[in-house]
Amino acid sequence: MLSWVALIVTLMTAGAFVASRHRARSVAHGDLAALHSRPVYHGAYTALRVAIAGFGVLIVGLILSNIGLRAALFAAIPDSLGTLSQIERDLIVSDGVAIAAGEVASRTDAAREAVGARYNTLMMARNIGLAVLTLGAAAFVYLRSITQISVPFRARNRTEKIVQGLLMVSAGIAILTTIGIVASLLGQTLVFFSEIPITKFLFGTLWSPLSGVHSGSMDPDKVGAIPLFAGTLLITFIAMLVAVPVGLFAAIFLSDFASNRARGIIKPMLEILAGIPTVVYGFFAAITVAPFLRDTGAAVGLTISSESALAAGVVMGIMIIPFISSLSDDVINAVPQSLRDGSYGLGATKAETIRKVILPAALPGIVSAVLLGVSRAIGETMIVVMAAGQGANLTANPFEAVTTVTVQIVALITGDTEAATAAGPAFTLGFTLFCVTLIFNVIALRLVRKYQESYD
Amino acid sequence: MTESSSPLPHAKFRCRGVNVHYGMAQAIKDNDIDIYDKSVTSFIGPSGCGKSTFLRCLNRMNDTIDICRVTGDIRLDGVDIYDTEIDPVQLRARVGMVFQKPNPFPKSIFDNVAYGPRIHGLASNRADLDALVESSLRSAGLWDEVKDRLSSAGTGLSGGQQQRLCIARAIATQPEVLLMDEPCSALDPIATEIVEELITNLGETYCVVIVTHSMQQANRISERTAFFHLGELVEYETTHDIFNTPKDERTIGYVSGRFG
Repeated sequence: MLSWVALIVTLMTAGAFVASRHRARSVAHGDLAALHSRPVYHGAYTALRVAIAGFGVLIVGLILSNIGLRAALFAAIPDSLGTLSQIERDLIVSDGVAIAAGEVASRTDAAREAVGARYNTLMMARNIGLAVLTLGAAAFVYLRSITQISVPFRARNRTEKIVQGLLMVSAGIAILTTIGIVASLLGQTLVFFSEIPITKFLFGTLWSPLSGVHSGSMDPDKVGAIPLFAGTLLITFIAMLVAVPVGLFAAIFLSDFASNRARGIIKPMLEILAGIPTVVYGFFAAITVAPFLRDTGAAVGLTISSESALAAGVVMGIMIIPFISSLSDDVINAVPQSLRDGSYGLGATKAETIRKVILPAALPGIVSAVLLGVSRAIGETMIVVMAAGQGANLTANPFEAVTTVTVQIVALITGDTEAATAAGPAFTLGFTLFCVTLIFNVIALRLVRKYQESYD
Repeated sequence: MTESSSPLPHAKFRCRGVNVHYGMAQAIKDNDIDIYDKSVTSFIGPSGCGKSTFLRCLNRMNDTIDICRVTGDIRLDGVDIYDTEIDPVQLRARVGMVFQKPNPFPKSIFDNVAYGPRIHGLASNRADLDALVESSLRSAGLWDEVKDRLSSAGTGLSGGQQQRLCIARAIATQPEVLLMDEPCSALDPIATEIVEELITNLGETYCVVIVTHSMQQANRISERTAFFHLGELVEYETTHDIFNTPKDERTIGYVSGRFG
């Protein structure tokens, strides 16, 4: 029903535009130049106001009535059931809603049917009320706006104001979403730390948060995140060991050695490498690289488990190569040709010029490329989920399976433990990860900025 | 400045039939020129006349440009510098270059000057290197201004100081020839005056070749002047003769300010 209301408001908006433009033309009596604002602005102004009024009432009404509706449904649970826990009350309400919608409920009884019936009546009333309010508001605004139209009316300035406001709201949504996500991470983290001491989380070496959950509460001795961060660091380290030299050398080759033709072929190829979805890298790591490493290891007498930090790290390194090479290529190219000429003019060879002039000059940019690569490696999920393993194993041996922060978040959220229980550790891990990558990104961006200043 | 009556000095460079092509376009057309040691030679001419291109032939800097092709015979002390036996890297150590825009490396003042000596192994120990850096900075007239801050960044100096640092850097490699591509065009008149005085002094010890847009500058500092036009070496005489008794119509037009 409310979708019909939305459709009508849309049509009213279109109608308001056409009608107001026409009205503006007619008040001008053929002398369009006399109008302060062109007729299209009169149309746009009325249309914008109608749309804002209509959709505004609709959206605000929906949000407010949903809050009220929930409270009313809880109130509709018969008192005869005695005191109930929040989870039980939630369950009764959701069953009632399901019964009302004709879907399958977990249980059917008198209390649930009463809630369902109440839901039906309330919904009906809400929908009718909201439809009347919405259409009324839109119509009222339309009538007010169209009577305002006159020759000196400043529709253009007002339209510009409204559009400016819409732009600001869009920017605000992006910022508010970020703040919201961080705040909810932080909130859940604080709740988690009110149950588990922060030191146990940061310095504990045993990670098995859900092992004691059936018995009621989490065992503080089993939520030590050290193995996860150790695993993340180990894999990140292996990945950077692969990505930094290869990426950097590729960048040097591209910027100072490759002919234009070679550059024209290699750069797009690297960009394709960057475009491969990480899930593809993931099963590549799990199905091709890991068995290959295990068999090679066996051939030379090394025990490499089939899920190993090495396999995940190497593939993650390959994934990060284009990232580092393309950023480094940019900064190396940004080193002015005049510095290269200066060095060649003193009788330096190409190698000396690159080693002693170009790389030092580009160093801040290269470091920041590496740091951005590190923060990608830390946050990377698919490859490690498939290739690194699940067991929280505190080891520095790259041939063994380790687990990472991201893998454990996936395991917690997709596992069959209740979301409310799993959310605590998952959010806390997420927040910690966010802080780490944020620090890396801030350092990287600062270095880039410092670098840019040195040549301007 | 007039030509001295003493016998002709030693010709450092002997160039015969030099042609330069950028892809299909010809930038230098069949030029012959002798450039003399222990003197300052100016290349003048309108923009795009090939004077900078010709200058860059003398230390094979054009090698770094893919599409550039140099033919003909250029001899430094009688040796063909485009011979396959010649390593351009070693050649450039003998024929130093200073560029239009000061281009100090983003390193300390000391490291800028020590760059050439270090890569060519000119100093056997730290004391030698210190002495070489000091004497180079003194020759460039920069020592007194920077002796207390040798470890601060070369890019932090003023434009004129940066250009003198680049000259000191070139001198430190102990070259025989100094090529200067419009070394004063990015400097203010006061810095220009200092650098011009420096170039005049350098002309007593080195073979200095300078490309300049300023005819007054050529007149003030050089003993010989070559006038280039559309890739052709039109006239090459003592500076006095070029500016006072030019023979070619195009030279007359250019030095009298009718075009260019």
